[in-house]
Amino acid sequence: MEKIEVKGISIELNEEGFLTDSAQWNNDVALELAKVEDIELTEKHFDVLNFLRDKHSAGETLTIRKVGKSGIVDIKGLYDLFPGGPLKKSSRIAGIPKPTSCV
Amino acid sequence: MAKEEKPLKKVCIICAKGSIEDVYATLVMANGAVMEGIEAKVFFTFFGLDAITKKQFKKLKTATVGNPAMRMPGGLPFPSLLGVLPGVEAGVSAMMKSQMEKLDIPPVDEFLDMIVAGGGEIYACRLAADMFKLEMKDFTEHVKGILTIGEFYELAGGDNTQIIFT
Repeated sequence: MEKIEVKGISIELNEEGFLTDSAQWNNDVALELAKVEDIELTEKHFDVLNFLRDKHSAGETLTIRKVGKSGIVDIKGLYDLFPGGPLKKSSRIAGIPKPTSCV
Repeated sequence: MAKEEKPLKKVCIICAKGSIEDVYATLVMANGAVMEGIEAKVFFTFFGLDAITKKQFKKLKTATVGNPAMRMPGGLPFPSLLGVLPGVEAGVSAMMKSQMEKLDIPPVDEFLDMIVAGGGEIYACRLAADMFKLEMKDFTEHVKGILTIGEFYELAGGDNTQIIFT
């Protein structure tokens, strides 16, 4: 179990770096998590993160295809935003659990 | 899951068969690789070429004859003789596709789009293309080239690379 400090609040991560409590997420937490991945978050990144959080809280299984059809970004664009792990890295930064889908 | 010390860097996947499940096994593995930041090179050969042939990729089927794992919806055995009836193979194949669509698994061309968008590379086999009289113009736009197996092996070098034959 790992912990990060964001603005004085201690945030707990599981062994793969995902938030254990999705409710602890906020923009500052996202910025901190993105640093670990060497990603500088832009507005576009946050659009994706918020989309993922919305879908996750609605109980939907997330796939890269769903994000590609969201109208926010196409799949190529998603790879550009989160290189080397479009769905996994974006989910981690969005403070939601690791995706369980194979697509 | 514990972190692997030497994570996989590249997969080279060879698809030699053209049934829905063989092609999708390849596509899921290739797309899954690029989504994990693993390089993916896919080599379609023999009947697998159907997956990247413009005229064929929409018409992939699941075999209803000679497929012992084939069952009726509900789990009852699927008599082989039923499989030979006109329309049965098409019906079963349509059902496979609709089940996959429900899991957000895309049609073949869109799946190839996703793999290419993630940096995956798609190749056709020189020998099989010659055998079936296919050229670049017959293949979907995803295909980067027609390679001999030797050329494909050249792409398969490097540490932590695996070759997978589906």
